[in-house]
Amino acid sequence: MSYGRYTTTISLVTFLFAVFFLFHKGLNFGVDFTGGTVMEVHYAQSADLDKVRGQLGSVGLSEAQVQNFGSSKDVLIQVPLKENKAGAKLSEQVMEALHQQDASVELRRVEFVGPQVGKDLVDNGAMALLLVSLGIVGYLWLRFEWKFGLAAIIANLHDVVIILGFFAFFQWEFSLSVLAAVLAVLGYSVNESVVVFDRIRENFRKMRKAEAPEIIDNAITRTMSRTIITHACTQMMVTSMLFLGGETLHYFAMALTIGILFSIYSSVLVASPLLLMFGVSREDFIKPEKVEAEEVLP
Amino acid sequence: MNRYPLWKNLLVLAILALGFIYTLPNFYGEAPAVQVLPLRSNLKADAALMARVEDALKAAQLNPDAVSLDATSVKARFNDTDTQLKAKDVLHAQLGEDYIVALNLLSRSPQWLPDYFRALPMYLGLDLRGGVHFLLQIDMKGALDKALESDSGDIRSTLREANIPYSGVSRDTSVITTKFRDADARSKGENELKQRFGGLEFSEREEGGDFLLLARLKQQEQIRIQESAVQQNLITLRNRVNELGVAEPVIQQQGVDRIVVQLPGVQDTARAKDILGRTATLEVRLVDDEHHYVAGAVAPFGTEVFKDRDGTPLLVKKSVILTGERINDAQPGFDSRNNEPAVHINLDAVGARKFKEATRENVGKRMAIILFEKGKGEIVTAPVIREEIGGGRVQISGKMNTEEANDTALLLRAGALAAPMDIVEERTVGPSLGADNIKRGFDSTKIGFIAIAIFMIVYYLMFGGVSVLALGANLLLLVALLSLLQATLTLPGMAGIALTLGMAIDSNVLINERIREELRNGMPPQTAIHEGYEHAFATILDSNITALIVGVALFMFGSGPVKGFAVVLCLGILTSIFSAVLVSRLLVNLIYGRKARLSKIAIG
Repeated sequence: MSYGRYTTTISLVTFLFAVFFLFHKGLNFGVDFTGGTVMEVHYAQSADLDKVRGQLGSVGLSEAQVQNFGSSKDVLIQVPLKENKAGAKLSEQVMEALHQQDASVELRRVEFVGPQVGKDLVDNGAMALLLVSLGIVGYLWLRFEWKFGLAAIIANLHDVVIILGFFAFFQWEFSLSVLAAVLAVLGYSVNESVVVFDRIRENFRKMRKAEAPEIIDNAITRTMSRTIITHACTQMMVTSMLFLGGETLHYFAMALTIGILFSIYSSVLVASPLLLMFGVSREDFIKPEKVEAEEVLP
Repeated sequence: MNRYPLWKNLLVLAILALGFIYTLPNFYGEAPAVQVLPLRSNLKADAALMARVEDALKAAQLNPDAVSLDATSVKARFNDTDTQLKAKDVLHAQLGEDYIVALNLLSRSPQWLPDYFRALPMYLGLDLRGGVHFLLQIDMKGALDKALESDSGDIRSTLREANIPYSGVSRDTSVITTKFRDADARSKGENELKQRFGGLEFSEREEGGDFLLLARLKQQEQIRIQESAVQQNLITLRNRVNELGVAEPVIQQQGVDRIVVQLPGVQDTARAKDILGRTATLEVRLVDDEHHYVAGAVAPFGTEVFKDRDGTPLLVKKSVILTGERINDAQPGFDSRNNEPAVHINLDAVGARKFKEATRENVGKRMAIILFEKGKGEIVTAPVIREEIGGGRVQISGKMNTEEANDTALLLRAGALAAPMDIVEERTVGPSLGADNIKRGFDSTKIGFIAIAIFMIVYYLMFGGVSVLALGANLLLLVALLSLLQATLTLPGMAGIALTLGMAIDSNVLINERIREELRNGMPPQTAIHEGYEHAFATILDSNITALIVGVALFMFGSGPVKGFAVVLCLGILTSIFSAVLVSRLLVNLIYGRKARLSKIAIG
């Protein structure tokens, strides 16, 4: 625990940076949340993006974003909701326009999300985050003590904020699957904290003479190798998704990568100091014994 | 000491064997197929239909790999898509309009798998197999507006018929205001209207010397209108999707006022949107009984030929009495005189007046109700007019059974405009992208798995090998469970499989680390194994339950891709507890459990 002060400072600084970028730049919400149309088209040879832009401008879609997607033959077209007067019919108009220019164009994917649907998705996402947080605090309270629940959820929400901070800083697209990844990280890093907490509880029962800081230190040291190996394994899977999973899974895997890196650190170096701060003690676990001893007396 | 009782060994092995059987269909892949579904309720998918399909294919010299019959359809499987397309054309020409002939994919797995175990391959979502997903929003305000509009017309005609003087009827967003000159006329009017309009609630007000009667839709009436708008639109959509020839369409209500339509394999989204957005129309015309239908001859001047539902042609006059927009509601019921099944139609004010005039002048003649869809008309029913019909309440009866009365009411309602709908979400995935997505998901899982396997074996030696086998068992059981439940597998779902595998190894790492620690504390190997599993279990349970909380919350509030991910996450947690604890212990017991004096174990 001797590093406690430094680590708390580091995490506080990263956290504040993340919050700053979240407010300063904001998240780059994807079409799932903002509404609008995204189309992915495939050409037989490399696509000329300027030509595509010009063609779209000629049908009144001058604000459409056109960019390559994965390869030079694949093009991603994004049309904001306010420019889209045709609603769901827009994709046909675009395809017709592109077809006139190059007959080899092939439609790979269309996503059209109306404004109301986007709002619902935001609400549901927030609701899921809230419910997950409450569920975790509740369970840890039942299984351990309220101090553990609170320490774990603060440490893990800190991870979530940092992931969001990264997405805000790099302006990566925040889509529904990234949201799923963020919530999965929440579960994953709680998992991490639980392993450490479990050891702390066990140590409180076994190491009768030790003080709380010593007990926590011991628990962290003894779970450290497991922590590193588990994360390495999960990260291998996630890295393979990051590079092989294609564009759709790329940011999903990215969110997980950041989450995994920070959850190692947060469960060990944020949750445990917090636990000390809340004043965890042996009495939190061995109360029942005392009560029993008194009852035995006549 | 590290031995499982026989029953426990057998139980684990039995579960693994079942897992293997249910995973099996996924290895065979899918073959192009043609599916034949009867379109009308009086036609059944039976052995006779199967024989017809087989004969038609044999006559065209197309050899299906297999022809099978299930509860709703006949399916024929082919070797390649070329034959599949030819077979579709042949069957469509042979069976005609009464059957849907749709392209589909069928599992190539041997027949005993579905027959004895109901084992099917995983059900792929639209992002993996390609297709269209629409979310349609019903304009409920439009539905209520329409109801109120027709009520205000009906109020006028009711007051006129009852000879109650009034000076005006007007409607704003949710209230119909009727003006009377004196309180007496108003109370008479209110009595009359209360009898006729059960769905409205009335209140009185005086304003500037006028006596006003305000009418609003009752709460339960609003709910009824909204519910029937959804039902009506669902039915209309089903009828239309049938036309598209989609093998496994999903058409469901979502929330209060939305409908999800999923059409796997449909590529022509423009046509799909067109058909979904189209409104069927209905027309009431007189049947021309003066002339007789002659096959092949030109219809006499001023008439047209339409066929009824049995295919019998009828001559119908060209002039239209009424269109479907004038129908407010149609409900199946019974004729009050002879208790025969009947359909009760409720017309709006304008419709009622026109209908009254037309029936007064044509007693004894026949009237045809024609449904137009795809620009093609079909006579729903052609009853005889027995008397003048006023008041906008029309009853159609005669030669109908209850089911037909239901169908007709449905068709009339579906033909009459339901509330307007808008597409608020569309997701289309082309087939090539779907195939790419499967490959990407599969590749990343494969490479990740291999990397973990190498690492674990290098680091933990024998115990690493055991962990990898347990992880393999986890994958097997997860795929088996997904196949068994036929949960929809999406690309995020595949990511979920990869992620749960990455996370599931945690349990084995916990166990292995614990065993190492016990060994370091000087315990003999057998005891260390026992203690390691024992101690690690509580931790495994705790950490998995918190992950399960996340999974359940994601499932409850997630939509679309998130939900697919959540399902896999939850199932993966359950299978990982089983495989990490029971399967790995079984293997360790088999390897080390019988040796009484074990001095060293290979755990790195």
